[in-house]
Amino acid sequence: MTERTIRDLLAEHEFFAEMSPEHIDLLAGCGRNVVFPANTAIAHEGDPAEHFYVLRTGRVAVGIHMPQREPLVVATLGPGDVLGWSWLFSPPYWRFDALTTQETRAIALDGVCLRAKCDADPALGYRLMQRFAHILVQRLEATRVQLADLYGKTHAG
Amino acid sequence: MGSVVIDRRGFELLIAALQSRDYKVVAPTARDGAIAYDEIGGVSDLPAGLTDEQEAGSYRLWCRDDDALFGYAVGPQSWKRYLFEPKTVVFRAQRVERVGFVRAGPSDAAPRYAFVGVRSCEIAAIGIQDRVFLGGSHADPHYRARRDAFIVAVQCGEPGGTCFCASMRTGPRAEAGFDLALTEIVAGDRHEFVVEVGSSRGDDLLGQVPSRPADSSDLGAARAVTDSASERMGRRLDADGLPERLAAVLEHSHWDQVASRCLGCTSCTLVCPTCFCSRVSDTTDLKGLEATRTRTWDSCFTLGHSYLHGGSVRSTIRDRYRQWLTHKLSTWVAQFGTSGCVGCGRCITWCPVGIDITVEVQALLAPLGPGRPTVSPGAGAPVEPAAPAEVPR
Amino acid sequence: MLAERVSEPMEPQPYRVIEVRHETADVVTFTIEPTPGIASMDALPGQFNMLWAFGVGEVPISLSGLRPGGVLVHTVRSVGTVSEALTRLHSGEIVGVRGPFGRGWEVETAEGDDIVVVAGGIGFAPLRPVVEHALANRSAFGRVVVLVGARRPEEMIFDEDLLRWAVATDDIAVEVTVDAAGHDWSGHVGVVTELVGRARFDARHAVAFVCGPEVMMRFATRSLQERGVPLGRIRLSAERNMHCAVAHCGHCQLGEYIICRDGPVFDAARLLPLLTVRGR
Repeated sequence: MTERTIRDLLAEHEFFAEMSPEHIDLLAGCGRNVVFPANTAIAHEGDPAEHFYVLRTGRVAVGIHMPQREPLVVATLGPGDVLGWSWLFSPPYWRFDALTTQETRAIALDGVCLRAKCDADPALGYRLMQRFAHILVQRLEATRVQLADLYGKTHAG
Repeated sequence: MGSVVIDRRGFELLIAALQSRDYKVVAPTARDGAIAYDEIGGVSDLPAGLTDEQEAGSYRLWCRDDDALFGYAVGPQSWKRYLFEPKTVVFRAQRVERVGFVRAGPSDAAPRYAFVGVRSCEIAAIGIQDRVFLGGSHADPHYRARRDAFIVAVQCGEPGGTCFCASMRTGPRAEAGFDLALTEIVAGDRHEFVVEVGSSRGDDLLGQVPSRPADSSDLGAARAVTDSASERMGRRLDADGLPERLAAVLEHSHWDQVASRCLGCTSCTLVCPTCFCSRVSDTTDLKGLEATRTRTWDSCFTLGHSYLHGGSVRSTIRDRYRQWLTHKLSTWVAQFGTSGCVGCGRCITWCPVGIDITVEVQALLAPLGPGRPTVSPGAGAPVEPAAPAEVPR
Repeated sequence: MLAERVSEPMEPQPYRVIEVRHETADVVTFTIEPTPGIASMDALPGQFNMLWAFGVGEVPISLSGLRPGGVLVHTVRSVGTVSEALTRLHSGEIVGVRGPFGRGWEVETAEGDDIVVVAGGIGFAPLRPVVEHALANRSAFGRVVVLVGARRPEEMIFDEDLLRWAVATDDIAVEVTVDAAGHDWSGHVGVVTELVGRARFDARHAVAFVCGPEVMMRFATRSLQERGVPLGRIRLSAERNMHCAVAHCGHCQLGEYIICRDGPVFDAARLLPLLTVRGR
């Protein structure tokens, strides 16, 4: 199998499916390949959020640390998902913990680099924000459904 | 089996003939200020010379100026209470070692009924309940055992103020579904019954009673009784396309308007001759050795009716009134192939706040202006005078 | 009109409990067989029985397994007096049974297609026979995808089956998700509808079988639709207050349907419009 470039990997990824080749070229310049072994902390609440991860394989648990309680995992992410949107805003800090539960391969996109390119090319920025907005809406919807506590005592069998 | 004419004495003999054939004869009587069905000893138990006045939320008996035996419309009860009893033990079991439990006691012994004075709308109502209890893949044995009742229909001469059977095409003339059908003719000294025969056992019974063949003037007089009744219906309802038209107004604000008046008291469902909802409750004796399963009438106006673990699906009176009305006039058709309403008017008369199904339907189906609908008769608003209804034949 | 003595549809038949398995803190699966002299029933996946606790009452419980020789499996969650009594049954004890009732999943009509099972909470119970049928007739179907959601890992029912299917069978895809978990949970965290978007199946040649709380079924249907599965190929199992199970008592009405007679399984094209009218 020939070595695939960051550009190829981004172009294959679901998140960038509707972006133009030119825009993907621009983004690829901000990325590098990363591999996290299982049970590795990718992010820690309160740390500076320097990267945005495009997940290719593996699984990442996004959780909240609560004093005197077991850590609570509120979402898991896997191939096709992206991790982290804190880099979008200033100052960028992680809001949650992110821990791999399997060996995870990803492309790390540098936040400073991304913001600079979006500022320089508003069309790219708009496309990227559109993709993010879509993911945010999906996660918000999922969170709302989780809030409804679907599996409360309403069914006997 | 041509029609015949019997006189009042002949009618007495007819009742006696039923009794001699071991029928338990049930007929209208006057009780507690209303017409009520009960087992009768003879014709003298019938409410001779009485009539009724019915309006939304009101019912009153008055004296007639003749001795007619059937000169009133339907009272609060219907024959439902004999075919589908308010309370039925459906199963009794005895706890037994090793096998767990066995059926206890004999199965239900049904009385052998003869119903006298069954109106056309009630025959239609029985036909509707037949579809529910006998028409599916599981027949109800209690209903079936009682359903063989001998039916003596009486053609309606005095429609009530809340009647609209002509709109629902269920009356006032019964064309089938009876063993015998009487049209009472009272004029001056004449007090006779024109009798139509609907079955061979009806014909057989009639053979025990002195009669004369009905001539064309008798038949004309009988026809005139129901013709006149259909022209004097107290209410009307435009029944064409009702199922579809009501299905389109499920979110109409008028449901809230009705809900603000409806007490959710269940009266309409108890007096309705087609309402069939029931619940089964389980009890045991004190030792816990014998268990009894009892079926009782239920109503979609109770909160428990739509209970799912954790709460009721139809939690507001709006939801429950909508369920009742749309079931009756709309979804019943998809469920059982017929409307659930026969136009007897009981739900109007016996509603303590006078909610009138014909008026509510009219408001729900009135053309909407822009924004909120404007048709909304208030509580106790006078009911529009009913126009004479067309009588389909 | 008066015919032969009609059997009493409200009369339960005695069945003996032969195995009890505690799935979670309040869910029990028990296996039952007819007592001697009681004819065994021919039940289908998706149908339900009325289970009667002597003198306490009766509840509708779907079949969570069909075994040879008329042996039946039910899974009950303790949510009220009757279901609580049922979850306290021991091996050897007797339970009253009426059934089977209703229209089932009709899995066989999906032959040649991919099967997508989407289950939430106790809603997994009526779907287990679908998976078992598909595995027993594996060559008759395309891909078999099983997506299961629960509130917490410890509330996931049939975990042994899930593990066995996931590990031992290589032509079935099993994904489980919970609303929240600790770090010791190796499955997904999130709602089951999210799994629909990620699962691998051919949306144009798939039949989906969905059961769970009504909200979950509405969202799962939307997710399946977004994937391209037509509404007419999404089957849902509706729940209403079934009392008599023979269409006589009026309790389980939903619009023009009587759930015990016309359902509980409906295709989404018919059921979904009814589920979105509030208070119906």
